[in-house]
Amino acid sequence: MDLFIAIFTGTAIAATPLIFAALGELVVEKSGVLNLGIEGMMLVGAAAAFWAVIAGLPMPVAILAGALAGAAASLLFGVLALTFLTNQYAAGLALAIFGSGVSAFLGRGFGSAPIDALKRIHIPLLSDIPVIGPMFFRFDPMVYFAILMFFVISWFLYRTKSGLILRTIGESPETSHAIGYPVIRIRYLAVLFGGLMAGLAGAYLSVAYTPLWVENMTAGKGWISLALVVFATWRPLRILLGAWLFGGMTILQLQGQALGLAVPSELLSALPYLATIIVLVIISQNRQTLSLHFPASLAKPFRPAT
Amino acid sequence: MLYRIEQRPEPSASMRIAAPIIATALTIAVGSAMFAGLGYDPVSTLQAFFITPISSLNGLSELLLKASPLILIACGLAVGFRANVWNIGAEGQLIIGAIAACGVGLFYPNPESPILLPLMFVAGAAAGMAWAAIPAFLRARLNTNEILVTLMMTYIATLFLSWLVHGPWRDPAGFNYPQTALLPAAAMFEPFDYAYRVNSSVFITVVAVVLMWLFTDRSFLGYKMKVSGAAPHAARYAGFRESSAVWTGLLAGGAAAGIAGMAEVAGPLGQLSPQISPGYGFAAIIVAFIGRLNAFGIVLGGLLMSLLFLGGETVQMNLGLSSSLTRIFQGILLFFLLATDFFIFYRFRRVPEHA
Repeated sequence: MDLFIAIFTGTAIAATPLIFAALGELVVEKSGVLNLGIEGMMLVGAAAAFWAVIAGLPMPVAILAGALAGAAASLLFGVLALTFLTNQYAAGLALAIFGSGVSAFLGRGFGSAPIDALKRIHIPLLSDIPVIGPMFFRFDPMVYFAILMFFVISWFLYRTKSGLILRTIGESPETSHAIGYPVIRIRYLAVLFGGLMAGLAGAYLSVAYTPLWVENMTAGKGWISLALVVFATWRPLRILLGAWLFGGMTILQLQGQALGLAVPSELLSALPYLATIIVLVIISQNRQTLSLHFPASLAKPFRPAT
Repeated sequence: MLYRIEQRPEPSASMRIAAPIIATALTIAVGSAMFAGLGYDPVSTLQAFFITPISSLNGLSELLLKASPLILIACGLAVGFRANVWNIGAEGQLIIGAIAACGVGLFYPNPESPILLPLMFVAGAAAGMAWAAIPAFLRARLNTNEILVTLMMTYIATLFLSWLVHGPWRDPAGFNYPQTALLPAAAMFEPFDYAYRVNSSVFITVVAVVLMWLFTDRSFLGYKMKVSGAAPHAARYAGFRESSAVWTGLLAGGAAAGIAGMAEVAGPLGQLSPQISPGYGFAAIIVAFIGRLNAFGIVLGGLLMSLLFLGGETVQMNLGLSSSLTRIFQGILLFFLLATDFFIFYRFRRVPEHA
């Protein structure tokens, strides 16, 4: 039972950064913009938050710093992709490389000592219920916040007028512009929001999940988040489920290493990447579902004709 | 006075040439500001970054040594990028090529055989292509996004290499270091001069550049791929199959990266260890873009990128600055390059206040 609880809670924790980053990217892609630079924004967010903790700032400020750093990084992409109409694939890749460089540079003085991780909270009374308590009510606040963000974003995209406008822009920026919506401004906001969420994801990794500084500590989680959006066929609930699936994979793999399975640890570590490929293959078979939810203008540069 | 951005009636030819120069100048300007902000004298730091590395014969040898794999891989990748086939896993294909070549070099029964090096070449190219064939198959037949698959396969390749050098291929006489035994002399490219590290593998890159030029500018397949990239609907209407562009693009990149990995292990490295590439596979993506996906531009882009790698090493050694600066410079350069490209098609036009 203890092992089950450990796997269950470990999964929820490992899924948290993926939920943040993938939900952020979902909003970006729903507006018709493809930002491949999640990995870079996460790394910058992770470095900024870690730096803030070392500098003695309180934890909420550190996490906010990570989010803002991610947003600042996303602005670089936004200017290129939205104002200068560059190829979005190239601009996103540039951001991924740049972010990894910046974070490594910021992190050169961080040392290898762990920091005091974000505290878990034991929700009074509820956390004392046997089994249920340790399973659901003893997480750090960010785990709950990620789930809250899922509800907020689902509500925003499908239950508000602003969400409808955002999705319309993702389908047809020309029509939206003709109706009079500020396409470029809304896309900027979406990109910034995606950066904020990727920064949060990075901050969670460096101040709660790991919590120490390792160069390139995201280890592909940004790219996996990107894959999750495709996996989810651009639907929020499936992002949540996908993130838990990948989180579970990570934890099982770690448990396998801890139990000393006769399989080399490197091969176990390769499992999440392998699983990403397999899941992508399965999802891409259903072309109809993909094209139904796929934002039609994704990655196509748009400039309002004046 | 107001300025407005407007589309040029025709793309500007002079801007096409000026854009990379402006981008490089802006990168250097931002770099100086960054050095100054960090409390280093910008002039001497820039000198350490861009001049010192190439002011000696050894420096020039290192410049070629690093430019060679970058140019080689960028040529292979550009074939795919022209057709909108996004192989961003060249790093993994390089690693697998190096593993296959090193395996042949270590385990071929006759370590003095003159065919050892050619065999390693074939093994490296074939392994790189095989690694790239997986995403090619998945994209061409099963409609799976190649960006994510090539990238995931890079992580898998890195872990596979780590497993090999920590486990089955670890040199028993290597004091427990995670590395293989050294390759025999017949498995190594001959340096031009034993005082310097640059070796005859640069000729492979020269051949690749010529092949790339012939392919893109002189072959029908190259033309078809360009059409598929620029106008997929027109290409389909003309009967060009998308899947052939996917296969050609990914296999060209895989072969080039695999050969680059082979040349690394049979050249400066001489053995496998967990870290065999300083990110050539990723930097080559930037090189391909700086070179505007054509052969001549890629050569220049590769030399510039190589200088960034060398400069990063030099400022690390001489000034104690982190070598991660290299990646920052790479990113900034690509940002500016992409941004200045905008002005090939658009310009600022001054408009009167009351217009």
